[in-house]
Amino acid sequence: MGALSRIAPLLIVAAFWEAITRSGLVPTDLLPPFSTVVVALVKLATGGTLWPNTVDSVARAAAGFGIAVVVGTGIGAGMALWRGFETAAGPLVQAFFPLPKSALIPLVIVWFGLGDTAKTFLIFLGCLLPVILSTYNGLRGVDQVLVWSARSLGATRAAVIREVLLPGAMPQILTGLRTAVAFSFLLMVSSELIIATNGLGYLIGSYGDNGAYPAMFAVILVVTGLGYAADRAFVALSSFLLRWRE
Amino acid sequence: MSDTQTGIAIDRLSHRYVPRSGQPVTALDNVSLQVPRNSFHALLGPSGCGKSTLLFLIGGFLPIQEGQIRTASGPVLAPGPERGVVFQNFALFPWKTVKQNVLYGIGKRGIRGAEADQRAQHFIDLVHLSGFENSFPAQLSGGMQQRAALARTLATDPDILLMDEPFGALDAQTRRIMQEELLAIWRDTRKTVVFVTHDVAEAVYLADTISVMSARPGRICQRIDAGFNRRAETGVFKSPEFIGLVEHVWDLVRSEVDEARQRSH
Repeated sequence: MGALSRIAPLLIVAAFWEAITRSGLVPTDLLPPFSTVVVALVKLATGGTLWPNTVDSVARAAAGFGIAVVVGTGIGAGMALWRGFETAAGPLVQAFFPLPKSALIPLVIVWFGLGDTAKTFLIFLGCLLPVILSTYNGLRGVDQVLVWSARSLGATRAAVIREVLLPGAMPQILTGLRTAVAFSFLLMVSSELIIATNGLGYLIGSYGDNGAYPAMFAVILVVTGLGYAADRAFVALSSFLLRWRE
Repeated sequence: MSDTQTGIAIDRLSHRYVPRSGQPVTALDNVSLQVPRNSFHALLGPSGCGKSTLLFLIGGFLPIQEGQIRTASGPVLAPGPERGVVFQNFALFPWKTVKQNVLYGIGKRGIRGAEADQRAQHFIDLVHLSGFENSFPAQLSGGMQQRAALARTLATDPDILLMDEPFGALDAQTRRIMQEELLAIWRDTRKTVVFVTHDVAEAVYLADTISVMSARPGRICQRIDAGFNRRAETGVFKSPEFIGLVEHVWDLVRSEVDEARQRSH
């Protein structure tokens, strides 16, 4: 029942999509029928192009995300724990926050060329801010009394960071990481569309340019499916890590 | 009072802070207090009288601005495991089970393995939490969480037990039971206890001595001997002496509240 109610809206949209295209309400050169897209998807999945490009894209997204988690938790923790660092880095973070990271794509091409580095760097930038902010807010939000109680039980200041502040901030940090997962997909596709060498974004762009719309939609479905799967997996991991919450 | 007899010696302690909006507040003004070793002392007063501030200063959580606090281990400069603390809102680590919480302080004392396990179990049993070792705090009632917090603190064997309205967040029945159990544990362990409360009957029931505090600025205005905690008989609550002393202390607190109100006008 649960699984059915979750996919029912998707099935309805697919049926609606099929109906409006088959009936001629929407011209098929603007929107190919859902069934045509599925056929194109099966063809792509059994061919030799889709999977290598998927691996390229996912590897990039994972690398950019992973580096952002390491660097972002470091910067966020530095800001939360050292007043001086917060004074220095805080205004930079705030100024950088509202900037759409895709605006930096031309600059990043100048810096890093057209290879993997440029794309991974863009994904890293996109993921960085939510990680920094959630780490900072999470660490700042830990109840002072928990720190006091650890100190009075004999914990050193360093132990308090590791054993109290970090687990106490974990719910917020994980919320930030979930946002970063979504951003990694966003930046992955947009960087590959613009710096078009390979990857799923490149496939979407090149099928679109060549008028192969069913294939283009099929790749969009693949990106959507991957994003959804990554999000669900992350939510499952979070609720495992936070199983102590009622 | 010789040094071996002194549990806590507080000498001319003052503490000021500036709230986010406005004038500096004198939370404590020239407070001196001797708590003999192995005795149970209650800090009683209306909210805002600085009793929790005083307790946090003894705990080493706030910097000492003026005056001095000494224990058998020397002057208080920082938190230390010889001063165990029980907070009003329990302050359990929510990501740790009851047992992991109790093991935390034991581990900090350098005890590990089977010995640590045994010790944790002993204190979990002592506070009647057997069967809830693997529960997370969020799965327990307030009373049970405070038992777990008490076990966690007792398990590190502190000389001094600092309690900040530990039963204030509990319902009346649970509070009464916890008071009785605390007394039983205190009779066995004879810690030096400083117990912050605004509940007059609680102070009279639990303490050897009571400091009645006044607000704005926070001062100790009366020191009262109670000592019902050393009586073995049950039903102390109903004795005329107990009821008389509660009334007497009530009058003192009430006049302090009235005076503070007049001062602030």
